[in-house]
Amino acid sequence: MTLIAAENIRASYGANMVLRDVSLSVEPGEIVTVVGPNGSGKTTLLKLLIGAERPQSGLITRKSGLRIGYVPQKLHIDPTLPITVERFLRLPGGTTRASCAAALQKAGVPGLSRRQMSALSGGQFQRVLLARALINEPDLLLLDEATQGLDQPGSAAFYIQIEEVRQKTGCAIIIISHELHVVMATSDRVICLNGHVCCEGAPEIVSAAPEYRALFGTGTGGALALYRHEHDHKHDETCAHNNASQVKQTEAAE
Amino acid sequence: MLDDFMTRAALAGVGVALAAAPLGSFVVWRRMAYFGDATAHAAILGVALSLALHISVFAGAVAVALAVALTVTVMTGRGYAMDTLLGVLAHSALALGLVAVSFLSGIRIDLMAYLFGDILAVSRGDLAVIWGGAALVVGLIGWRWSALLTSTISAELAYASGIDPKREQLVLTLSLAVTVAVAIKVVGVLLITAMLIIPAAAARPLSRTPEQMALTAAAIGGLSAFIGLRAAYALDTPAGASIVCVAALVFLATSMTTNLTTKA
Repeated sequence: MTLIAAENIRASYGANMVLRDVSLSVEPGEIVTVVGPNGSGKTTLLKLLIGAERPQSGLITRKSGLRIGYVPQKLHIDPTLPITVERFLRLPGGTTRASCAAALQKAGVPGLSRRQMSALSGGQFQRVLLARALINEPDLLLLDEATQGLDQPGSAAFYIQIEEVRQKTGCAIIIISHELHVVMATSDRVICLNGHVCCEGAPEIVSAAPEYRALFGTGTGGALALYRHEHDHKHDETCAHNNASQVKQTEAAE
Repeated sequence: MLDDFMTRAALAGVGVALAAAPLGSFVVWRRMAYFGDATAHAAILGVALSLALHISVFAGAVAVALAVALTVTVMTGRGYAMDTLLGVLAHSALALGLVAVSFLSGIRIDLMAYLFGDILAVSRGDLAVIWGGAALVVGLIGWRWSALLTSTISAELAYASGIDPKREQLVLTLSLAVTVAVAIKVVGVLLITAMLIIPAAAARPLSRTPEQMALTAAAIGGLSAFIGLRAAYALDTPAGASIVCVAALVFLATSMTTNLTTKA
């Protein structure tokens, strides 16, 4: 049974169309990664999925009683706000101490509950955010660039933790990222987004797709040599991103 | 007991401190200090209008403070920079209020009493308004506490938990307008933000949770009001300003203790 499905979603800010005809669905237990360059509408898509914004047209259906756990991008808590990890986990209410401790355990950071949020390291902070998302035993976890600000080993460790969480709890996971190379290994399915769904499928298929390479292959120039794919190809003529107006639209969306 | 003007003044000061503590904590956490200032300055226009229309000063001040606060909230959503808007609206409302007051022929009002407060002249009726307003603010913030805290930490987390941060922002805006209106008599429009921010800031180093900070701020605010009044009586100084001075001294003391402990 499908947990969440979006059908032909359109969204825009002013005259600027951010998402057009985007469809996706997530089944129980799946890990789906959404990749796309800056301004490709990833965050907008996520806001639509958690219900923070409404689509201009199209339909989003959630399984009735769907519990969503959300791990935001690096969160800034003002230093004037004193708050312990436990108090943070118990917001906005209805959570017991025992379930906080269990969630911290699942997220790989047991025993932090009495620490101040401001005293945590970057990696600990992201894991506490993960713990908070796990508290109400979600059917679906949403991660928005959850490893921003972590170094490479840090984010690799974080994704291994995610994989473990999936194995233990069986929840489905949507990961939104612009750094595909780390995310890839754990994903069942990758959706390449740039205003619309460029291509979709198993990680190997997407990374070989000309649409994906058009977005990530030539755009980053030499930096990409660090990663495992090479960009010795020309753009496929059918790929929309060769179109100049398309490129402009992408830039405007940023 | 309420026949003594000093008792009434002390009760008024403590009432304002109680409402200002939880609200002031949010003002500090959300960096809304200038927003509080703007709302307070605008209240002078409310005072002038209520004197002209012969309605209660409290009602006029709440109405104008709320109108300005809502205008700022709506217009910042449309791409104006918040501090520019606040500067424009706050000072226009203050200037307009001062001009409007000068047109009130026949009534000679003591503008200083509204700018700096006149806590020693608090009547039984004023006391009822102050405690009524304070109870409303404390009740409102207490009721929405968890939702407010969640949306203060992150709007997205709030949405994901089914909370609408925009609605919570309205709760704060309304509380701010009410607090400003009840505090005019006690500390005056120019020092209201001080009562919001200084006790909360002084409580910060002593607190480990948001709840502790709000309660400690209430204690510090109440104590400052009490000691400030005594000092004003003994030294023959302006009462509202003396209260703020005591709160500032407490802030100095608590911030110095933390600096010492972190260095040690």
